[in-house]
Amino acid sequence: MPGKSGLKVPAKIALAYGSGGRLTHELVSGLFARAFANKALAELADSAEIKAGRERLAFTTDGYVVSPLFFPGGDIGKLAVCGTVNDLAVKGARPLALSASFIIEEGFDGELLKKAVLSMKAAAAEAGVDIVTGDTKVVDKGKADGLFISTAGVGLIPAGRSLSFSGLRTGDELIVSGPLGDHGVAVMNARNNLGLSGLRSDCAPLNAMLEKALSAGAVRAMRDLTRGGLATSLNEAAAASGLSIELDEEKVPVSPVTANACALLGLDPLYSANEGRAMLFCPPSSSAKVLKALRSHRYGRGAVIAGRVLGKGGDVSLRTAVGGSRLLRMLEGEQLPRIC
Amino acid sequence: MKKGSGLKLPADTAPFFRDKALAGRMVAAIAEKAASLAAAGRRANFMEVCGTHTMSIAAAGLRRLLPPPVKMLSGPGCPVCVTSQGDIDRLIELALIGGVTVATFGDMLKVKGSKGLDLQAAREKGADVRVVYSPLDSLEIARTEPSRKVVFIGVGFETTAPVIGGVLVRARAAGLKNFFVAPLFKLVPPALEALLSAGNTEVDGFIMPGHVSAIIGPEPYRFVAEKYKVPCVIAGFEPLDILRGVDALLGQMLSGRPEVDTEYSRVVKAGGNPAALKLMSEVFAPAGASWRAIGKIPGSGLALSRAYSAYDAFAEFGVKEREAPEPKGCICGLVLTGKASPPDCRLFGKACTPSSAVGPCMVSSEGACAAWFKYGG
Repeated sequence: MPGKSGLKVPAKIALAYGSGGRLTHELVSGLFARAFANKALAELADSAEIKAGRERLAFTTDGYVVSPLFFPGGDIGKLAVCGTVNDLAVKGARPLALSASFIIEEGFDGELLKKAVLSMKAAAAEAGVDIVTGDTKVVDKGKADGLFISTAGVGLIPAGRSLSFSGLRTGDELIVSGPLGDHGVAVMNARNNLGLSGLRSDCAPLNAMLEKALSAGAVRAMRDLTRGGLATSLNEAAAASGLSIELDEEKVPVSPVTANACALLGLDPLYSANEGRAMLFCPPSSSAKVLKALRSHRYGRGAVIAGRVLGKGGDVSLRTAVGGSRLLRMLEGEQLPRIC
Repeated sequence: MKKGSGLKLPADTAPFFRDKALAGRMVAAIAEKAASLAAAGRRANFMEVCGTHTMSIAAAGLRRLLPPPVKMLSGPGCPVCVTSQGDIDRLIELALIGGVTVATFGDMLKVKGSKGLDLQAAREKGADVRVVYSPLDSLEIARTEPSRKVVFIGVGFETTAPVIGGVLVRARAAGLKNFFVAPLFKLVPPALEALLSAGNTEVDGFIMPGHVSAIIGPEPYRFVAEKYKVPCVIAGFEPLDILRGVDALLGQMLSGRPEVDTEYSRVVKAGGNPAALKLMSEVFAPAGASWRAIGKIPGSGLALSRAYSAYDAFAEFGVKEREAPEPKGCICGLVLTGKASPPDCRLFGKACTPSSAVGPCMVSSEGACAAWFKYGG
């Protein structure tokens, strides 16, 4: 309830407040954004934009608490680097440096810590960025779950580049950079020991691919699709731009193994997390060039045009494969706990 | 699902069942029949009995594809939704008994009892409530924690009952004395009989549940077509299955010859599933059951058979049947009987949303209100 301070906070923080969906959004806008109120934060973008002399910097931070720590296609170390690099890249920034902070539970296996750190090293090398500062804390047994990592990153936004959902225009096309939902489903399978084979996280640093896309043609806005999936990101884009967005179910890429696993487990790949996928909005005149650039990169081979920006509204709708149409809302509550 | 079995996923069959061209032809066929009915001034209110159908219809956006006068109504086929308020109170009472561990499918956690308490809140008060994905997991809890008295919440229809029956057979074979089931099972045909015999004139055709029919076969619905002259079709859950079902119901209305048509013939066979039926008759016995907003319907539920009566949690812990009022302002009862649509409720989307649900139709992932909220009308 809003008190004198105007801050809104629930009596107890339920797990769903960390789902990346509507409740997370409520907590962030009702508490953090109001308490810290400033212009850079108010955008609630993947990275904040700050000025340093004439240069514009992108600045971001993220905590990683994934369980299990290692899963097909990635691990907590790779995630911690890719997630932060991607948050910089979707603002059009070139990553300059990262920090890494480790919270380690007493008794944690040293070899596993080494494995996670080497994975961070490899991911940072691929992204072309150094991890230049850090912090280490060890907490009593039971006070953390093995290993938590937080990273922060700064990047340089080249002059003239301005990417924001407020720049969307009616008629813009929506590009999705590859098959959706792989990360969320792969982690859920590994965590619950469900025994499904062939599932693999899409975790990857996207800065090189997105840089290629940006130099190929005009892009209005981009976002990396993490918790809450494409559906949640589209709702954020629609709310921020005040325009409605339509997604074509038929065009949405989902790998057959993820589609089947979702059908079996009652999950929706549109809400499932990704860690190496992005959505891009382009004017129709540049979408073909941007698409071609994405497809020429190994992380964007499955890129497609999957939807479009409609007129005023702020809703997201799904044109279904059989020709029907329905709302596509933000994630309500919890689909997958702790997946990144 | 067997853990760590390396289960190989089958090739994707979904595209066939979502073929756009075929869907277009079916919608055209439906439109032609619907136009004939409209010209004769007739309506076509079809009830999808099963909650999974409700979700499929909404997720595929079929409502906007179906021409007037075709209107889809949700039925009493979401197991969480039809569990009576009194029975929810009994489950919460069970959970609060010392030494009891309640194991349940996740959907039951947030259904509020008459005092505003749900199983999740009971957990905060110290009750041991655990979510399981398979009833077999609850048996495992009983085996590995012999000091706990483990109660599995037996909510579901003819589809769920045999699975839980199988678990009871194992419990008995293992000689487990600390495993119980709270039997709140419901049967579909007696509920339909109750709806129809009460003079429910809202429904012009039924889309019968696919999975329930896989167990019981098409025969138990025959009275709907023969005695009440209402068309029936047993349909699968893909969008094309449902369109084909609607087309079949319109065809029956136009021909004036109601019958039980099995569209879902790739799964539903005459006579149903004999092994499941045999298991059910050993472990369970028909009994009266309380349905939310409908009330007690004789023979519409399953109690434990004499041979398995020792596993009845309600008897073991002396938790008696009772009636309790519906949540104030909630019209789940009207929604479940096809007399109202979710947006007719003044709480819908305002005081009642999936994250703070007033009634069970908004709580359950298969509830009509949850479907309408998530996917729109």
